[in-house]
Amino acid sequence: MYDRQVRRRRAVLFALVACCLALLTAYFGESSGGPLKSVQTGAMEVVAPVQEGANRALKPFRDLFGWFGDTLDAKDERDKLEAERDALRQEVARLKLMENENAELRDLVDYGRASGLAAYEPVTARVYSRSNSSWYSTIEINKGSSDGVQVHQPVINGKGLVGKVKTVSDGNAVVMLLSDSEFGVSALAAEADQPGSIQPVTGSPGDLVLDLVPDAKQIRKGDRIVTAGTVSDRLPSPFPPGILIGAVKRIEGEGELDRTIHVAPAADLRSLDFVQVLTKPTADLRASAGTP
Amino acid sequence: MTWSSAAVARLVAIGAVGGILQLTTISQVAIFGVPADLSPLLVGAVGLLCGSIAGASFGFGLGLFMDTLLAQTLGVSSLVLLGTGYAAGRLRELRDPAHALVPVAVGAAATAGAAIGFTVLQLLLGVDAPVSVMLVRQILLVTVLNTLLAMPVYLACRRVLVPFLPDDPRRRRRRAYTTGGLSPLSRA
Repeated sequence: MYDRQVRRRRAVLFALVACCLALLTAYFGESSGGPLKSVQTGAMEVVAPVQEGANRALKPFRDLFGWFGDTLDAKDERDKLEAERDALRQEVARLKLMENENAELRDLVDYGRASGLAAYEPVTARVYSRSNSSWYSTIEINKGSSDGVQVHQPVINGKGLVGKVKTVSDGNAVVMLLSDSEFGVSALAAEADQPGSIQPVTGSPGDLVLDLVPDAKQIRKGDRIVTAGTVSDRLPSPFPPGILIGAVKRIEGEGELDRTIHVAPAADLRSLDFVQVLTKPTADLRASAGTP
Repeated sequence: MTWSSAAVARLVAIGAVGGILQLTTISQVAIFGVPADLSPLLVGAVGLLCGSIAGASFGFGLGLFMDTLLAQTLGVSSLVLLGTGYAAGRLRELRDPAHALVPVAVGAAATAGAAIGFTVLQLLLGVDAPVSVMLVRQILLVTVLNTLLAMPVYLACRRVLVPFLPDDPRRRRRRAYTTGGLSPLSRA
């Protein structure tokens, strides 16, 4: 009797482990449209309404916890915001001058239309679930291929770049966040005019690293980092140029080789309720601007 | 555990509700800068209550459910969580622990084990990431947070599964001693 129980227990364990290994092997071996991935997409589609409903129903509980956290952080936040407000007042005055100059230049080159994000045909979507692993950092949104969303399209919110579309089904999509270990985007330090590549620091969701910078010495703390966008007609970047990624928060190391530039993402990746998918990220704004 | 369709249905319900709660709410509430992870707690609790076969099967199912919903590599979470459930179940079968804080210790060990197992599997699968201090810190913080949640999660699971469980070890021992049994084994 005891032997039978032991044999049964071991058989179940070996069967489950074998199933896992078979799934892993098959998942890695198949293409993006393979049967396992199709089943996965189908299951996501089936469960998505339940998740979305639960997300809405449980929002008050999330907000309650958020309120406690916000209250604790409120004092620090206020001091920081006051300093930021003073800086922004100066910035506004400077930008007003630049705006006037900009308007004149626009008239000179006769731009037909303003270069806003509308050209990239943004689709607004609600976030209804997210992962929290150190290795996968993803959210699920309630817009899919039927809304024009496709894999690799950039995703933004009101603050800046959030990530890119990882997988899509009819009515929903999974978005890979900036903090996902597989994410990477070509970037530009706006003030220093230095190109580079943004990579996440795995295990630290609020930390990105600007890598592969030709002249890192020119970059200063607080410099804004934006997407570099298309630099080649042959290999267009899926990210349009000029989308804010974040700001340099600290620079480690003094030498040329050991200098690490840490970037804080502009978008708060922990509290995303609505995002926009740019469904036409390679729109050529120059073509639509007309000729002088 | 008494196996029946009702018991399996309750295990499936625990997995489904726990999984969706994790994805829609728990994962979005950060305390100490990290969100809690219900999955290893649920699997540890089920293993501790129901035994190794139920624990391993529940871990496999919950892992598959989470991997599917998050579009992650199928099989990774299943492999880690089935090991967690099996270990918790074997602890019950071999030691039959009666101390009131055992679920807390099992929750902490399950969380730490699952997090480390997940990290090792990801590194084996070729994810190019350094084992940084931040990663170790995150694993420790999640373990601490889950330790605080372990007891409520265990009690909730026990409440759902209690009709299908054998007597609680503490009550069983107490009754055995007070009714003249020499040891818990004498009831067998």
